[in-house]
Amino acid sequence: MIQVESLHIQLGKFELQHVSFEVNPGEYAVLMGRTGCGKTTILEAICGLRPIVSGRILLNGADATRMKPAMRGIGLVPQDGALFSTLTVREQLAFALTIRGWKHDAIKKRVDELAELLGVTHLLDRGVHGLSGGERQRTALGRALAFHPRILCLDEPMSALDDETRDGLCSLLKDVQSATGACFLHITHHRDEAHALGDRILRMEDGAIREIDQNELQRPNAPLYSQSEIMTG
Amino acid sequence: MNHAEASGAETARTSDAHHSRLALAHYADGPFWACLAIIACAYLALIGCMLISDLFYTTPGDLLDALKSEDIQYSIKLSLITVTISAILSVWTAVPIGYLMSRISFRGKNFIDAALDIPIVLPPLVIGLSLLILFQAAPLKWFQTHFFQVTYAVPSVVLAQYTVACAFAVRTMRNTFDSIHPRREQVALTLGCSRSQAFFKVVLPEARRGIFTAFTLAWARAMGEFGPILIFAGSTRQKTEVLPTTVFLELSIGDIEAALAVSLIMVFAAVLLLLAIRNYGVSQAQQNVI
Repeated sequence: MIQVESLHIQLGKFELQHVSFEVNPGEYAVLMGRTGCGKTTILEAICGLRPIVSGRILLNGADATRMKPAMRGIGLVPQDGALFSTLTVREQLAFALTIRGWKHDAIKKRVDELAELLGVTHLLDRGVHGLSGGERQRTALGRALAFHPRILCLDEPMSALDDETRDGLCSLLKDVQSATGACFLHITHHRDEAHALGDRILRMEDGAIREIDQNELQRPNAPLYSQSEIMTG
Repeated sequence: MNHAEASGAETARTSDAHHSRLALAHYADGPFWACLAIIACAYLALIGCMLISDLFYTTPGDLLDALKSEDIQYSIKLSLITVTISAILSVWTAVPIGYLMSRISFRGKNFIDAALDIPIVLPPLVIGLSLLILFQAAPLKWFQTHFFQVTYAVPSVVLAQYTVACAFAVRTMRNTFDSIHPRREQVALTLGCSRSQAFFKVVLPEARRGIFTAFTLAWARAMGEFGPILIFAGSTRQKTEVLPTTVFLELSIGDIEAALAVSLIMVFAAVLLLLAIRNYGVSQAQQNVI
């Protein structure tokens, strides 16, 4: 569960104030908003990667406002995957477990389990170079899921994928969510993605976050985003 | 001819004129590229002719004779040892400084950044003189009395080489860390790493190409260092004599063959290093594109 209370973030001249929202346990929340409105900044603050001026962040009921990123137990899937270029797919999936000092057999079992869930078993011994966009995102997802996080944050994970791969990854994310029961916070510009995935859709407007329903999302004249913003987002 | 036809003809004439000007502009691309190519070729010819004339000035027999000299053999050995130590020390210094300068913002960063370039812009003789004066200071005199001699001894050769070579290594490592997106470290932090684990497990392996380049650049730079060594370490045969010192000493006694033999060793070393950097750099760059 994610609870954000009156968050205040300052980044030079850019400022976000009074940001509050929550995502319930097992819920798939999608956060939308114009390019540059601060969605990624909020995600980074939740993960502990961005200092905050004031406000509180509670994760699964515990105050995580000043916690180090490592202690928050959040799986992060960035926009470009941000895979570690010197490791194989197997090593990426095992990374968090190795850091946690898991035994070799337990790591192997978990990596095989994840690889099967994500359909990357045939890629396990490959380096990350030459992986397709979809394969990279599956690997990044597996790396984030490896240590059984209760919260998963995804920052536009499908922005660089073609429609077919995007559809495949959408249904995979749904499967993963029902298999893990984790709480997902997913940033996207894509209306269809939000429609397909979101149990709850949040929109960031003028520094505030409000919930919108599926009808409002699908309304043709809804003041969402121009094509150029989608492309640059 | 009615008004519309006249207007059409006028438009066609204007369009033709524009096309001719365009064609002329494209025709003018030839001389532009030719000028660039001539300048590039002239400079390459200067480098090539310089090296070829070195090769033709001497014979393999003269070279071998020169290399048999004990003084020159000592200088080759001392150069290889000191240069390698300097390059290793430079990388050890450059990696933390480069990472710090790349990732941390603080007041006065621009000043520190400029200060790190001082050994690059200072005249070499001034660096040697400054080191010499520094080691006249009481604490360092005490150090030399109680531990080991630095000035006019082998450690001064290493220190003189390190002072300059390190600045180049720092610049290289700073650029390397700048080119590695911090997002990967951030992901590592969320996966359970501490800052140091993220650095050693993620950043450092990704920076291996930069580390290799920094090492080779520092090595090459240290190999060519002369001014600071001459002032700070002196030019005593069989003691503080490194390859550039040998060239200077041999020239000063008029033995051009020996000076050239030593110069050619440095040329071969430089060419080998360049090839290594290029080859390793290219294969890594191809990987980093993805």
